[in-house]
Amino acid sequence: MMRSGVIAKKIGMTRLFMEDGKQIPVTVLQLDGLQVVAQRTSDKDGYTAVQLGAGTAKAKRTSQALRGHFAKASVEPKRKVAEFRVSPENLIEVGEEIIADHYFEGQFVDVSGTTIGKGFAGAMKRHNFGGLRATHGVSISHRSHGSTGQCQDPGKVFKGKKMAGHMGAVRITTQNLQVVKTDSDRGIIMIKGAVPGPKGSWVTVKDAVKKPTPENLILPAALMSAKREAMRQAEEAARQAEEEAKAAEEARLAEEAAQQEAALKDAEADIEAEKKEGDE
Amino acid sequence: MDLIAELEAEQIASLGKDIPDFKAGDTVRVGYKVTEGTRTRVQNYEGVCISRKNGAGIAGSFTVRKISFGEGVERVFPLYSTNIESITVVRRGRVRRAKLYYLRSRRGKSARIAEDTTYKPLKGDGKKPVQGSAT
Repeated sequence: MMRSGVIAKKIGMTRLFMEDGKQIPVTVLQLDGLQVVAQRTSDKDGYTAVQLGAGTAKAKRTSQALRGHFAKASVEPKRKVAEFRVSPENLIEVGEEIIADHYFEGQFVDVSGTTIGKGFAGAMKRHNFGGLRATHGVSISHRSHGSTGQCQDPGKVFKGKKMAGHMGAVRITTQNLQVVKTDSDRGIIMIKGAVPGPKGSWVTVKDAVKKPTPENLILPAALMSAKREAMRQAEEAARQAEEEAKAAEEARLAEEAAQQEAALKDAEADIEAEKKEGDE
Repeated sequence: MDLIAELEAEQIASLGKDIPDFKAGDTVRVGYKVTEGTRTRVQNYEGVCISRKNGAGIAGSFTVRKISFGEGVERVFPLYSTNIESITVVRRGRVRRAKLYYLRSRRGKSARIAEDTTYKPLKGDGKKPVQGSAT
């Protein structure tokens, strides 16, 4: 039952105060024009997936090839494109827009993104090494990693030895983060805790793989078209109800008028009868 | 206004808190909700505000210090905590620092703070303009 994830932009972090006095640190993610750009089907590609695009890119700064790709789907040029594997029944039509209702409050999600780059970092910062002592004869190498292995046998440093080097700027997935709040009008998803990457970076959000599939998931996805349809139906229902109310009101008025008329007629008849009696 | 500021201003508006104008050096009384088992009551905590942190926004907090049974006690309150029932300013103090951490090493007479007799309430509604609430 794999359904599509979303591409979101990391806006920043804030906190929410709950009624019971608790504060929750939340990361605010925004869905910005998230549309299906292409489909991958098992007939043509050997697997099923949807390709989503998010953000806005200037057409003149989009390559000819990508422009053609977006034109085929008849969507605006997108800033970020990513593919999500889905099961065949959860494929979404090209051009459909996914909204923030895709996730419900309390749901667990996995968020992937590129972490903030730290440059060339020493072993203490990169691998939490302890460093060397401050005194007792240690000179100049207080933050060094110390020994890297044995002596003439094996005579080499083993591969994978934790040493200083480039840190950060790698793709990381943070699992089992909880969705605190969603706002589909502004396309906001609030997630408890931190999410990899700096502000303004793109992250992908998927249903948590290490939690059982929740039952109230919207399949194949929460779509803008569905929301519009629901709104239109609600409006229509409201209008219908209003019309019915109006018709009922009219009927009531007509009935009242008829009753009054009948009463008037009765009274007139009475008067007539009285007159007749008087004549006789 | 960026989205984060917008969200924070909205939350501040929805919390509907009435935060008085106070700064470090002022003596404040904080009514803090305490839950004991099932029932909740309001506990007053009165002392000198020795620091305000992170501004007047949603992340703001302040530290209140008092001497309780001869022992210095400090508590940090988030400005917009839903557990805070009320904040009242008892006395305005005249100090020359934003953070009064030097009070920690003082006792008795030297830990006194002169009263600010020239305090003027802020113009308008007497509240500091909350960051991002202008629109």
